[in-house]
Amino acid sequence: MRVTLRIKRFNPEKDEKPWWGEYEVDVEPNDQLLDALHKVKWYQDGTLTLRRSCAHGICGSDAMVVNGRNRLACKVLMKDLGKKVTVEPIRGLPVIKDLVVDMEPFFAKYRAIKPYLINNDPPPEGRERLQSPADRERFDDTTKCILCACCTTSCPSFWANGDYVGPAAIVQAHRFIFDSRDQATAERLDIMNDMMGVWRCRTVFNCVECCPREINITKAIGDVKKAILEGGVR
Amino acid sequence: MASIVASIWEGITYRGREGHWAWLLHRVSGLGILLFLALHIVDIYLIGVGKEIFEAFLFFYHSAPFKVLVMGLLFGVYYHAFNGVRIILVDFWPERFSNWKTQRLMFRVVIVLTLLAFIPSAIATVAPLFNLHMPWWNH
Repeated sequence: MRVTLRIKRFNPEKDEKPWWGEYEVDVEPNDQLLDALHKVKWYQDGTLTLRRSCAHGICGSDAMVVNGRNRLACKVLMKDLGKKVTVEPIRGLPVIKDLVVDMEPFFAKYRAIKPYLINNDPPPEGRERLQSPADRERFDDTTKCILCACCTTSCPSFWANGDYVGPAAIVQAHRFIFDSRDQATAERLDIMNDMMGVWRCRTVFNCVECCPREINITKAIGDVKKAILEGGVR
Repeated sequence: MASIVASIWEGITYRGREGHWAWLLHRVSGLGILLFLALHIVDIYLIGVGKEIFEAFLFFYHSAPFKVLVMGLLFGVYYHAFNGVRIILVDFWPERFSNWKTQRLMFRVVIVLTLLAFIPSAIATVAPLFNLHMPWWNH
């Protein structure tokens, strides 16, 4: 089938402001949007710039706004997009070129929540720290995050204020706050209790609707809010 | 200022679902209610300034164009109240209410409740303009 791709283009070295480029490509219904973008880049306009790596929804490199909504280009099929497809860079982060944004502000927030296990006691001799299946289940959902930034860049609170830590960083914090083996719960809840922390979440659910890993992000944020109110994890 | 305009533009153009529209309508209705509150403070202040100017204001309040604005206020107040309950439920009982399916349903319930409250109130508001007397409405 023949589809028209409308792609928001911007080259800071040449363009004063972004412009829309239109490209017609032949695709199979089961092709990914990423395949269609490759066809544009490889056969029509080699200057089109996008970021992708694994192309199978694992690395989280190719988040973009597709028909007005955040998606991974490698996880959306052309048959689900219609004959006219608009593609824009994700919002709220500085555009480097075309569909590539500067992810550094996003990863800075990820680092701020200390995304690693903190446990000052040595593990039991000769074995790992054990955990019951029920304890593991508490943070199972938030282990699925691939840091694609779909959630954070679909959040109106983040668009309005780029200092907001954002849903992705809260999801990562949740993963450790609710891990029974971690000892830095109070420290992380303190970071989350900041003006730019969880309280900026307005339960808009854009993050949940667009998460390619189907993580219930608003619930994770709600869990963290409750843990702060209750003075710790119960 | 530029970032406020940009974020409003992003809010309008992003194709979110029920949660997105619920949030946008909550914001707009909240600002509308704030506007009326400011107007109300001004009219109460005018009692002290003088009888004539206060009565001129009351005359404006009973004019047809203002009734249209009052209908907007009614819708805004009802929506803001019902959606506020929805937000409280999502915030305080995330394990029960914070999932995409339930919140979509809750938004629809909020709209139905808002309309059920708004329609009779709106009829009562515009009825005097058409010389209609509402049986439950004692002037």
